Amino acid sequence: MAEFKPADSLYEWFDQRLGIDKFVKVMMTEYWIPKNINFLWAMGVLLTVMFTILLVSGIFLLMYYKPDMNMAFDSVNYTIMQEVGYGWLFRHVHAVGASVVFLIIYIHMFTGIYYGSYKKGRELIWISGMLLFVLFSAEGFSGYMLPWGQMSYWAAYVITEIFGGIPVIGGDLVVWIRGNFYVSDSTLTRFFMLHVLLIPIAILGAIVVHFYALRFPHVNNEEGEFFDFDKEADKYLAGDKKGSKVVPFWPVFLSKDFFVLGFFLLFFFYLVFFHYGFAMDPVNFDKADNLKTPAHIYPEWYFLWSYEVLRGFFFEIAGISGKSLGLIAFAFANGIFLVLPWLDRSPMVKPANQRPYFKYWFWFLMVDLIVLTIFGKLPPTGANAWVGFASSVTFLLLFIALPFITRAEAKKVGGK
Amino acid sequence: MKELKILAVIATLVGITYYGIEPYAHHVMHPEVKAADFTFGDLKNVDTKLAGNVENGKTLVEANCLACHAIEKAGHPAMMPNADSAASYGVVPPDLSHAGRIYDKNYLANFIFDPVSAMHLSHKYPVGGTKTFPMPSYNWMTPQEIMDVVSYLQSVAPKVADNAEGHKVTFEAACGRCHSMKYGQLEATTPADVIKAYMGATPPDLSQYIKSRGEHYLHGFINDPQVLLTGTSMPRVGLNAKAQEEVIAYMEETGDRKKAEREATGLYVMIYTFVFAMLAYLWKRKIWSEVH
Repeated sequence: MAEFKPADSLYEWFDQRLGIDKFVKVMMTEYWIPKNINFLWAMGVLLTVMFTILLVSGIFLLMYYKPDMNMAFDSVNYTIMQEVGYGWLFRHVHAVGASVVFLIIYIHMFTGIYYGSYKKGRELIWISGMLLFVLFSAEGFSGYMLPWGQMSYWAAYVITEIFGGIPVIGGDLVVWIRGNFYVSDSTLTRFFMLHVLLIPIAILGAIVVHFYALRFPHVNNEEGEFFDFDKEADKYLAGDKKGSKVVPFWPVFLSKDFFVLGFFLLFFFYLVFFHYGFAMDPVNFDKADNLKTPAHIYPEWYFLWSYEVLRGFFFEIAGISGKSLGLIAFAFANGIFLVLPWLDRSPMVKPANQRPYFKYWFWFLMVDLIVLTIFGKLPPTGANAWVGFASSVTFLLLFIALPFITRAEAKKVGGK
Repeated sequence: MKELKILAVIATLVGITYYGIEPYAHHVMHPEVKAADFTFGDLKNVDTKLAGNVENGKTLVEANCLACHAIEKAGHPAMMPNADSAASYGVVPPDLSHAGRIYDKNYLANFIFDPVSAMHLSHKYPVGGTKTFPMPSYNWMTPQEIMDVVSYLQSVAPKVADNAEGHKVTFEAACGRCHSMKYGQLEATTPADVIKAYMGATPPDLSQYIKSRGEHYLHGFINDPQVLLTGTSMPRVGLNAKAQEEVIAYMEETGDRKKAEREATGLYVMIYTFVFAMLAYLWKRKIWSEVH
């Protein structure tokens, strides 16, 4: 054991035991971030703040929510929304926050794709990020069931039904997930457990891994430039702040993030108080009724693109039913982003607009995802079904083509 | 400014997506229907320009209506308890105290002449069908006599205050025989099993209808349910524009009770956040001036 001198101050007493000075240096004042960045680099901090807001508002909701199919609806819409002081505020913040967090996740994710921040040592940042995406999706889906409205019930019904398409075990799997033959009280209670305990714990763990994965490969920058962080850090510490290519996390990087956060929160609170309908679907203010199917069933907006890939295949091809094809495509769509670092065969780490072929792929993907999202909500009838089919096939083709496109690009730029 | 360009690109992509999944999708799923008609212009059996005679109307009402209807405000209480009258007629017959105030004059006159056609319920009570509407048609009355009855009903109807209490009175008179309002501690005056047998389905509790249906939908639906929900057994009740506004106001006052608090708090939070954003901007400029 190290020798302890009597401390001169309370601060020193703690510092001796916890190494506060060292910790603050490692985590904050000497954690180096590239200087050449734009506001898109603030999305990580925005997401951390949003997760905190969701956690805190969720804890308040948890004090009054009743996970019981006979009480859930009124506990949310009457007790929390009308009886509890500012209960409505926590519910609005939680519901709108859950929707907006996905907007930021998507921006964060496509920023990573656009700037090539998933390769040459950054693979684990990408993979842990995609893991977070999966966990947030599960968290969003399980939470959406809790108010026990019509859309809660029927979205849960449709989504759990998807697992029935898995060969051999499908039927049993659906019953296992629901805890009953249909969506019922047992389904609600287990989704409640997942939503408030298991998935949040997993998310917290994954966030730690995601942050840690950043430390060694370092944050990417606007030009995809690789440089010696230690050398630049020394330059900064020696006083050449303007000449150095890096800035410390605190206060420099965070000062910019707070500025972006401020304006983002302005937008967020506008939605919370004055424009929340997109996140709190009117249909969900009807209590769940297992005998009455709503005219239109659709998931929340952030699932629409993959939902459309699922239902895009609505007819049999080569003896395989449309349902099976849709399920295969759906599994493909949800898994393919995970292996993106290996599908991109070009060594270039540059913003997409500087990459001769990749830029077309990127913008094509963006357009396709928007088309999928919009048609994922519209009724799949007539021409809509065919647009859905075409955009689903396009999605698959884009990812199948990516290795070939990027290999051709690598050849063109000569391995740079 | 490069950053503004990036922001513009993101705003455009998000804007297009938002337009597609919200306004456009709603427009596709809920097409516009014809506007609410508070003149009830399709009803032409009674000439409503005739001036009614209140005294004669009183005599006619006492001879023809009081066997079934109460008019509490004119000193005519109900003949039997709600449960009994519901069991007799299928639904509690309305107390007519507020009829002259909440129903449109043209609607009311034509309703007395022939209830089923006024309510747009001929699909439920077809001529020569097995079911008959509990109230008979008074088409044997002259238009003058009908207008006398209408004038009398208008004369006895009390005014109500333009506040939550008044809105509640209107709601109870217009909707309360069939619909409950759990969040307002109101139970339908017709017992649940009786109204279910009478209507074919239990009329929904309206506590959250201001949110699930929204003001715009309710505005059209109450005016004429068949337009938005063809085949429904809910009748066109014939509320005039003011009474309908009061009904919707009451639905908002019970279903979205914290609206005023929400909007006031929202403003303060926005101002607070704006101040934070401006301070953060100034601090960022100061910090980054050292490194750029």
